[in-house]
Amino acid sequence: MNKFVKQIGLAALLATSALMPARLAFADTPTNGGDIIVTYKDDIATLDPAIGYDWQNWSMINALFSRLVDYKPGTTELGPSLADSYDVSDDGKVYTFKLHPGVKFTNGRAVTAADVKWSIERAVNPKTQGPGAGFFHSIVGADKMTAGTADTMEGITAIDDHTVKFTLSQPDATFLNVLALNFASVVPKEAVEAAGGDFGKHPVGSGAFTLKEWTIGQRLVFQKNPDYFIKDRPHVDSFTIEIGQEPLVALLRLQKGEVDIAGDGIPPAKYLEMKKSPEFEGMIVDRQQLETSYVTLNTQVKPFDNAKVRQAVNMAINKDRIVRIINGRATPASQVLPPLMPGYDQNYKGYAYDPEKAKALLAEAGLKDGFSTQIYTSNTDPQPRITQAIQQDLAAIGVKAEIKAVANPNVIAAGGTQGQAPMVWSGGLGWIADFPDPSDFYGPILGCGSAVAGGWNWSWYCNKDIDARGQAADAMPVPAKAEERNKVWAQIFTDIQTNDAPWIPVFNERRVVAKAKRMGGPDEIYIDPTRVINYEAIYVNK
Amino acid sequence: MAFFLARRLVQAVLILLGVAAITFLLLYFLPADPAVLIAGRSATPQMVAAIRHELGLDQPLVMQFLHYVGNLLHGDLGRSYTQKTEVLPLILARLPATLILMAAGIVLEVALGLTFGIIAAVRRGGFVDRSVMMLSFVGVSSPQFVVALLLLYVFAATLGWFPMSGFGTARHVVLPALTLGVLGAGWYARMVRSAMIEVLRQDYVRTAHAKGLSGRRVVLGHALPNALLPIIAMVGIDIGQFMSGVVVVEAVYGWPGIGQLAWQAIQQVDVPIIMGVTLVSALAIVLGNLLADFVAPFVDPRIRSQ
Repeated sequence: MNKFVKQIGLAALLATSALMPARLAFADTPTNGGDIIVTYKDDIATLDPAIGYDWQNWSMINALFSRLVDYKPGTTELGPSLADSYDVSDDGKVYTFKLHPGVKFTNGRAVTAADVKWSIERAVNPKTQGPGAGFFHSIVGADKMTAGTADTMEGITAIDDHTVKFTLSQPDATFLNVLALNFASVVPKEAVEAAGGDFGKHPVGSGAFTLKEWTIGQRLVFQKNPDYFIKDRPHVDSFTIEIGQEPLVALLRLQKGEVDIAGDGIPPAKYLEMKKSPEFEGMIVDRQQLETSYVTLNTQVKPFDNAKVRQAVNMAINKDRIVRIINGRATPASQVLPPLMPGYDQNYKGYAYDPEKAKALLAEAGLKDGFSTQIYTSNTDPQPRITQAIQQDLAAIGVKAEIKAVANPNVIAAGGTQGQAPMVWSGGLGWIADFPDPSDFYGPILGCGSAVAGGWNWSWYCNKDIDARGQAADAMPVPAKAEERNKVWAQIFTDIQTNDAPWIPVFNERRVVAKAKRMGGPDEIYIDPTRVINYEAIYVNK
Repeated sequence: MAFFLARRLVQAVLILLGVAAITFLLLYFLPADPAVLIAGRSATPQMVAAIRHELGLDQPLVMQFLHYVGNLLHGDLGRSYTQKTEVLPLILARLPATLILMAAGIVLEVALGLTFGIIAAVRRGGFVDRSVMMLSFVGVSSPQFVVALLLLYVFAATLGWFPMSGFGTARHVVLPALTLGVLGAGWYARMVRSAMIEVLRQDYVRTAHAKGLSGRRVVLGHALPNALLPIIAMVGIDIGQFMSGVVVVEAVYGWPGIGQLAWQAIQQVDVPIIMGVTLVSALAIVLGNLLADFVAPFVDPRIRSQ
C-alpha cells in the first residue's frame, strides 16, 4: 500500500467506524489518467474562493486552489498542505507557518507569504462581499477590516517569502479549520486585478486543477495541473462539468456510460427503486454528512417563550414517519450535532415521541386546549410535504400550525426578523457544518451574537451562561486538549436541548451521488465530509 | 408614414422605461434582503451593514433608481446574488441559444400553420378540414409543459428519434421548437384558413381560375399573398409569446438559454437576473412589434400609400 491509501484508509475508519462497517474496497491503488464527465442541473456559481459558498462550487473551488492546511481526503483530519509545518505559541494566540518551497501559481509565479496575507485580507474586506469574512474574526485587525476602516490586517505578517505569522486577539481552537476553508485559499493578486471583478469566471490558483474552459450554461472543463505540489495527485487528467441536465436524464446517461458522476444524485421519488435495483449495484454513494435538519422554536414569541411548550412540541413529532416521507434518506436526530461531528453524544436520546406526555406538558404550561401558530418552510419539494407531517403531528396535541411555504431567501428573511417566525423548518436551508468542529453548530445558529436581525439564530435563543461556557471551550488549546474540549461541547449541546429545547432536531440527511462503475475509490471521496466530491482523490479504474 | 414609425419608436422607449421602473420596484416589495443573502450565515450585523453600503442600499429609493437607470444606460444590469457575477454577460452568453430556439419555433409554426391552414381552406367542410381544425384546437389549448413532456416521452424516451435533452445539433432543437410552435401553429392554421376562405371567394380568384391557371398557382400565387398580412403582425406578437414560453420549454429540455436562467433565478429569488431577463424580454417584445410595423409596408402596398 502506498502512503496515500494508508492515510485515507486509517483516517476514514477513525472518522466513520461508529456508523459504517469497515470497507476493503479502497485497498485498491489509485490509477492515473482518464477524462470524466460530471452533470448538474443548475448553473455553477462563481469559482472565486472568497465568494463561492454552495455545495456545487465548493468542491470545484477546492480543486482549483490550495490552502495552508487541508483535510486528508475523505476524512475530517487536518494536515499540512501549502504549509509544510506550523508552530503554535503556548498561549494559543500566535500561529507561524512555513510554506512548502517551490510552489507556483498556474500563471507561473511563485507563491509567497505575502500572497497568503493578501488573499485572507481580500476574503475579509467588505468590498469583496464574501460570505466567509466572519470566520476570520479572531485575527487581530479583522474587526477594523470588516468595519471598512482599515485596508490591511495587522494580525497577519509575512515575515519572509516563506514564513507567515497570524496573531489572534483570543485563542481560537477552530483556527486551523478556518484556514482549511475555501475562503482561506491563496490567490495571485495580479490575476484578481486583471480579471476586473470577475475572478470567479477566470480563476487562477495553485491547486490540483486549472479551469480550461467555461461555456456559460453548458460546460466547464477542469484540467490537471501538471506542476501540482502534492505528488501523485490528482489522478484524473480532466473533469468536465455539464450543466442543465435534469437529474433523471443524467441517470439515464449514467446507465448508458455517457456520464461518470450524476452530481444531483437521485430524485427522491426514484430513490428506493434505484437503491434496490441490481442494475445500479455499486453506483450509488449514500453517506452521512455534517448536517442536521431542524425546526426552530422562537424563544421570543409566545407561547414558545415557555421552555415547557418547546419541550412539549419536541415530544409531539414522529421523526420516523418524516424519514419515511423522504424514502429513508435520513436518520432521525436526537440532538443538535450530527453523528459525524466530534462532540456528538451517542448516549443522549433527546425527547422520545410521546404525544400524551406532550399534551400533559402543554397543560402544565396552561395551554390545555393547545394554541395557534405558524411554521415557515422552503417551498421546494419535499420541504412542504415534511412540514405537513409536522403540522399533523402538532395537531394531534392540539397545536394548530399554519404553513407558510415561501422561496428560500424569504424563509431566511422571516427567520432573521425579530418576532416574526414562531417556527421555521430548516429543510433545504439546513445547517451543513463549514468545518468539522462543534463550535460551528453553536455560535452562528444558537449563540447570543447571532440572535440579531439578519442572523441565522432563528430560535432567537440567547443563554449568557452557555455563551460563556462556549467561549471557555474555544479558548482550550488544540490539539493538546482536543478530547477534553469535545466533551465540554458535548455537554453544552445536551444541556441546551434538555433545559431550553430551542430546536426540534428532526433528522440528519444523507447525501446521495450516483457514479459510473468505472469510477474507483471509497465512497468517502465522492461525498467527502468537508467538500462533497473530492476531485483530487477520485480516479478511474483501469 | 415616417411620423407613424417615429411615434412607435418613442412609445417603445417609454414602454422600456416603464418596465425598468416596475422591475426595480420588485426589489423593494420582496421581503428578502440582498445584503443578508450576500453576507452569508457567518456574518455579523456590521458586515451586513458594510455590504448594504457597498451596494448603495442605504441610499434613498429615488437615488437608487436614478443610479439603476444610469447603470442600465451603460449596459450594466448589476450583479447576480447567487452566481456572483455580472448579469449582462450571463444573459448575452445564453441569448444565442434562445434566439435559435425561437427562430426554429417560428419557422415550424409558420410552416405547419400555413400548410394545414391552406389545405383546410381548399378542402373546406371535408374530413381533412375538420381533422385539421380539431387538431389545431387541441394545439391551441394544450399547456406547454404537457406538450413538452408528451413529446419527450413519445419521441425521445420511447421511440428514441431525438435526444432527451441538451444543445448542439439540429436534432436537439426539433422537440423544443415543436413544443414552442404547436400553439402558434394552431392559431395560424385557423387564421390562414379563414383568411384564405375569404380571399378564395373574391372575384380576382375566380378570374384566375377562368384564365385556366392551375389550382396550385391560384392558391399559392394569387390568394396566399393577400392572406399573409395578418400573419406578419402575428409573428411580431409571437416573439413576445415565445419569450414566456421559453422559460418552461428550456427548463424541461435542458436548453441553455435565458429561459432556463430565469427559471433558476426565480427559484433562488436572484432579483438582478430576474430583472435583467425581464428587461431583455421586454426589449425583444418591443423590437418584435416594431419589426412587424416596419415590415408591413413592404408586404402590403396599401399601408405604404397611407
